[in-house]
Amino acid sequence: MFSTPHWFKFAAPAAFYPLAGKMIPWFWALAALFGFIGLWLGFVVAPIDFQQGEGYRIIFVHVGASWMSMFIYLVMAFWAAIGLSFHTRLSGMMTEALAPTGALFAFLSLWTGAFWGKPMWGAWWVWDARLTSELLLFFLYIAFIALTRAIDDPRRADKSGAILVLASVVNVPIIYFSVRLWNSLHQGASVSLTRSPSMAAIMLWGMLFCALAMWMYSIAVSLTRVRRIILEREQQTEWVKHLLSPVTATAP
Amino acid sequence: MFSFALHLIARDFRLALRRPMDVASALFFFLIMASLFPLGVSPEPELLRQLAPGILWIGALLSNMLSLPRLFAEDFQDGALEQMALAPYPLFLLAMSKTLAHWLICGIPLAFLSPLLGLQFDLPPDALGILFVSLLLGSLALAGIGAVGAALILGLRNGGILLALLILPLYIPALIFGTSAVDAVTHGLSPLPYLLLLAAFTLGCAVFAPLAAAAALKVSLE
Repeated sequence: MFSTPHWFKFAAPAAFYPLAGKMIPWFWALAALFGFIGLWLGFVVAPIDFQQGEGYRIIFVHVGASWMSMFIYLVMAFWAAIGLSFHTRLSGMMTEALAPTGALFAFLSLWTGAFWGKPMWGAWWVWDARLTSELLLFFLYIAFIALTRAIDDPRRADKSGAILVLASVVNVPIIYFSVRLWNSLHQGASVSLTRSPSMAAIMLWGMLFCALAMWMYSIAVSLTRVRRIILEREQQTEWVKHLLSPVTATAP
Repeated sequence: MFSFALHLIARDFRLALRRPMDVASALFFFLIMASLFPLGVSPEPELLRQLAPGILWIGALLSNMLSLPRLFAEDFQDGALEQMALAPYPLFLLAMSKTLAHWLICGIPLAFLSPLLGLQFDLPPDALGILFVSLLLGSLALAGIGAVGAALILGLRNGGILLALLILPLYIPALIFGTSAVDAVTHGLSPLPYLLLLAAFTLGCAVFAPLAAAAALKVSLE
């Protein structure tokens, strides 16, 4: 067994379950705090953009959601690699718990992007390189969720999912490059997404706080989900039976 | 070790020759799918010439994908796959031989059929040649990525539709490089950069995809 770092003990679901339970309220609190600050900065303090009017305010949601959608896939790949190399059960559960949140953010990013695009460009959707890549990222999340849900044996689901995530994550830069190449070939009337580089500092802060809030939300909600997965998968073990038995249910 | 791989490929060849309709139906799917487009869109040669690279590439890609579940599934059902995995050779070799066999049996005939369909779409002769070369190269990448998907869905219910979800997003680079090469020729540019990119992608897939496919096979055979 691993002797040096004692935090390896939290790789055991039985040890991680109570730890996650203690951490969740803190992350919810931080998410609420950051979300409040970010939205307050974004909707009350930040001035109206002179080019885009009030409509630009959707970026406070949009940018954070896009960042999280990309970042969560990387975190999934990290857990997938850990799971495949150390055979830790918890890693697969983490990968699976993160996927719906990542898919949600990818979808939010596309949806808020469409809301932004309609007033700014006059179109809900353009086949821009970034939009297309985000759409493909959403497809990758869906593929992972579909694969892991189709496999009944959790061990196989974890490993197959991990292989898929790692194979996809290697491909993501290639896909992004090819989509950019395709875009530069085919796009007629080009729409620039980066037309306001000099952003007011207050807008940047609002965006950062909103992104932090989404980050904290993602952690809180994935930990909640991973706790549920632990209970489902470990329901035969003594500690779960003990935890769920009516006598001890009142104990913390 | 080399002879093991050759045996596997030769075996897949024999199986395909005994049931030629399996291969032929993938080709006919390609043919039928491509014929639907002029009926559905417009028979105007100008428009068809523009659409042709995309339609023919997507058709080849889908036809390739439809024959993928057979890659491992039959051997898995009758237990032959487990026996092959028990052989004292790395699973990587098994995955690579299967990939090559799929390319030879399914990919190359599709590439040979594509110029014929290109004629129906009024493509100029040099574009036909590039279409053929791009599909010849690209279908090896398709087979490599496809083998990963086919290994992952082994023995799952609803495997066919799942396979599409898993591998179609990963097929995109091949699709873009391949169609861009043909497009470049029809616009009087050199297709070489795109063909080289496609070749690079294919080589990457040919080396790394069997590794992933072997890992997936190991998981699915457990």
